Amino acid sequence: MTNIDELAEELPISKPSIGSAGKTGTWRVEKPVIDLDACKKCDMCILECVESTINKRSDGYPEIDYDYCKGCGVCSTVCPVKAIKMVAEVKM
Amino acid sequence: MVGNHAVAYAVKQAKPQVLAVYPITPQTTMLEKLASYAASGELNAKLIKVESEHSAMASIYGAAIAGARVFTATSSQGLLYMGEVIYWAGGQRVPIVAGIATRAIGSPWSIWDDHQDFVSKRDAIWIQMMAENVQDAYDMTLQAFKISEDKRVILPVMMGFDGFVLTHTMERLSTLDDANVGSFIPERDFNIIDFDKPIGIGPIATQENYIKYRYKAMQAMERSKEVIEEVSKEYSTLSGREQHGLIEFYKCDDAEYIIVAMGAWAGDARVAVDELRSKGISIGLAKLRVVRPFPKEKLMQVKDRKALIVLDRAYSYGFGGILATEVKASLYNANIPIYSVIGGIGGKELGKNEIIGVVEKLLSGKLESEVWLL
Repeated sequence: MTNIDELAEELPISKPSIGSAGKTGTWRVEKPVIDLDACKKCDMCILECVESTINKRSDGYPEIDYDYCKGCGVCSTVCPVKAIKMVAEVKM
Repeated sequence: MVGNHAVAYAVKQAKPQVLAVYPITPQTTMLEKLASYAASGELNAKLIKVESEHSAMASIYGAAIAGARVFTATSSQGLLYMGEVIYWAGGQRVPIVAGIATRAIGSPWSIWDDHQDFVSKRDAIWIQMMAENVQDAYDMTLQAFKISEDKRVILPVMMGFDGFVLTHTMERLSTLDDANVGSFIPERDFNIIDFDKPIGIGPIATQENYIKYRYKAMQAMERSKEVIEEVSKEYSTLSGREQHGLIEFYKCDDAEYIIVAMGAWAGDARVAVDELRSKGISIGLAKLRVVRPFPKEKLMQVKDRKALIVLDRAYSYGFGGILATEVKASLYNANIPIYSVIGGIGGKELGKNEIIGVVEKLLSGKLESEVWLL
């Protein structure tokens, strides 16, 4: 049996890993920005993020991984205290 | 055997584990034969009953990824309906063999032979072979499995053979022993899925990656030329029947004129060549056995002749005969007159007399650059 890693070089195959589809954060048009002063650490944004790009920091606050956040805005919509604002993405 | 049964027999000997075929004229009697092999236990394979050609290709695509040797067959509208998954299989580079009983495309409705369905899939990342007769269809089916599963290639292969002209015509057939077939195409020794290391099939490829995989597919298609020649040589030795690889040059060594053709009417052209030679006309036949990859390097061997006549059973509307276009592109720098003859569309009868007629017209200087044999 051929080594799967060898075939993966040749055929379009993806292996489970963070960002196996590339840095999808580059697709973003609007960027969610969290106001930590308003945040109540309820975790709703972490639970609802469709791409699992919001992580919980050691101090309990949410943190967005902008490498993979596509800017869909679900977190901003579900935030009960309106602590997440969508701002226009600035492309470098 | 008739062509459909000859291909079914070759498939039985190749021992696929999974088949999925949806009936369509003129392929149906092949499916019936395969179903009877599977029902009687002569072929130990799962024949999946599907509701369409789209599902037929989708189900064997999955089975092939999971490690099975697979086969399907279709024709005309069925090939078009299968189309979406055909491109998925080509892009994913799944080892699959498909028999295509060539047939005209509607509208108007026609169940008869031409090559429009087959050539419509020439950019789908599939190797495409085309049989001249029933023996060829049997021989090519066996070679197709070996080429498809070669690790330097890993591409799906279509074996085309003319609807009715070959599918329903009975010819004397020489077959290989099962043991010889077994040693020629042993069980596939690799699997795309390694069950210990999960992978995703059909994943998204970003703008960075997509083009790289297409580039690799292009390279695999180029590499397959050498593999096809190798497999052809091995099969020639095994069977005692010369296979000629990508293209066969028949009486071309000294020929001033060359007819280029693929499929069943290459047989008519062969008889026409013999008859014209008996009248002292210096002519030969270049039979395209494989059109993807296209044997453009090999065609250079006939670049310094007086003229080529390319026979096409399919047409690119708004441009020209499809093979003629490709032959012209291959010989772009050769400065040789290339005549395009379109015929046999939708099963219109033609044989050696029509081909001889075309050649005589060429010799008398009356042949136009493109002619339709209506």
